[in-house]
Amino acid sequence: MADATASASLVEAADVDVDLGGRRVISRVSVSVAPDEVVALIGPNGAGKTTLVRVLLGLVAPSRGIVRRKPGLRTGYMPQRMTIDPALPLTVERLLRLALATGTDARTRVRTALDEMGAGHLANATVQELSGGELQRVFLARALLREPELLVLDEPVQGVDVAGQAELYGLIARIRERRHCGALVVSHDLHLVMAATNRVICLNHHVCCAGHPETVSRDPAFIALFGPQAVQSFAVYHHHHDHQHDAHGDVLPLEAESKVKIGTGVHG
Amino acid sequence: MDDFLWRALAAGIGVAVLSGPLGSFVVWRRLAYFGDTLAHAALLGVAVGLIAGVDYTVGVIAVCAAVAVLLVFLSEGRRFSGDTVLGILSHGTLSIGLLAVAVVEGPRIDLTAYLFGDILAVTRGDLWAVYGFGAAVLAALVGLWRPLLAVTVHEDVARVEGVPVRAIGIGFMLLMATTVALAMKVVGILLVTGLLIIPAAAARRFARTPEAMAVLAATVGVGAVVAGLRGAVALDLPAGPAVVIAALGLFAISVAAAAFRSKPDV
Repeated sequence: MADATASASLVEAADVDVDLGGRRVISRVSVSVAPDEVVALIGPNGAGKTTLVRVLLGLVAPSRGIVRRKPGLRTGYMPQRMTIDPALPLTVERLLRLALATGTDARTRVRTALDEMGAGHLANATVQELSGGELQRVFLARALLREPELLVLDEPVQGVDVAGQAELYGLIARIRERRHCGALVVSHDLHLVMAATNRVICLNHHVCCAGHPETVSRDPAFIALFGPQAVQSFAVYHHHHDHQHDAHGDVLPLEAESKVKIGTGVHG
Repeated sequence: MDDFLWRALAAGIGVAVLSGPLGSFVVWRRLAYFGDTLAHAALLGVAVGLIAGVDYTVGVIAVCAAVAVLLVFLSEGRRFSGDTVLGILSHGTLSIGLLAVAVVEGPRIDLTAYLFGDILAVTRGDLWAVYGFGAAVLAALVGLWRPLLAVTVHEDVARVEGVPVRAIGIGFMLLMATTVALAMKVVGILLVTGLLIIPAAAARRFARTPEAMAVLAATVGVGAVVAGLRGAVALDLPAGPAVVIAALGLFAISVAAAAFRSKPDV
């Protein structure tokens, strides 16, 4: 049973180890996500980010430690891998309806969720003809259909360009403002994480450092992990562009109160 | 037309209608090798049926179901890859089955009927089994359809959304086991997977929804049974292979038709 401190969190892992195939992937990790909080999980490739997410979702059992979820927690999950077998004929609308119990307003709710993600025009497309970024929006729309209390987004490494990701973060911020759900976001793009989240956990098998984005970016463990260049380039994300791109790469005028500043990517 | 031909046709059509939707899931979930494994295990089921003195359909369903559930648990261990586990079970059970049938029936046993099917020898009892078990499988599949499709699209997402993934998986395995037991009367152990996946593959390019593909696959399967049986009777050929060859022909036509249809507008 959850005690008083745990009940404040939507999900919480306490002192968790995960061994996969005889290898310790995660060591003594404690994390939690509270309602109305965006927690970003960053770290190098192979640091165990996806594994930690799967542990928190209950998809992988920890080898040691405890994972608590708020009883009856409704979770919306956008996985890292979203490929759907080409042999399965499936439209976007149908993919979303699979997340709903059959109801009279299913069609309307699906359309609303897609419109909210700027993917309304994709409703009748088949899932296999979507680009990586489009598929990401569609899965995000599906996660929203569940009226989630916790949104878990495992960002794909490939398939979405930096500007498309910036727009996605804008969407995530909007979702959170409107629905007041907690969010756990795995990201590979430091700038976007720093701009759009209020707590960062830096993972490299164990928690290297955690806290407010600005505090973390000055932490020696963070600098050691990502190198001084990456840390230096954080200055970049504070500058302004005179335009932005949507997920299709089209140029849009910059919204004055846009919450997401676009920086250059840190990857090679 | 003779009585035995009507029975063959009725059994074949019943099995084809069942194979359409089940075969579609086999194609969507990449379970062709799994289907083969169940089919190979079926021979052991025949032996068990003979030893227990019950109808061999029951023996086959029981053994296939046991193998299917064993697979669910073995593949969760992840020590060996899925296809290694399948290979072990597939050829292990086939060998044990061959030995067991030889021991029970003696060395002069006619294996051909089991391996390639003997649809022209279908009895009234077989027919009852096909339609009784078949109706039960279809009814269960309708009930499982939405969660099963959700698991097929993305297992982790389905699990997070609260779909009981393991229970659904075991349920599907049991439906597969029953379907294999029934289909083996028509095309035999070695060709069961063909009857499952070839009509579904032929239907793929002409379907825009999963349901349309399942129905179309069943239709193609019925066409293959009718054409295969006609050919087998007219030319005095073995019926099981003839049905699969007819399905193959329909698949080839579907590939050609899809290529022809997509050409003008590209």
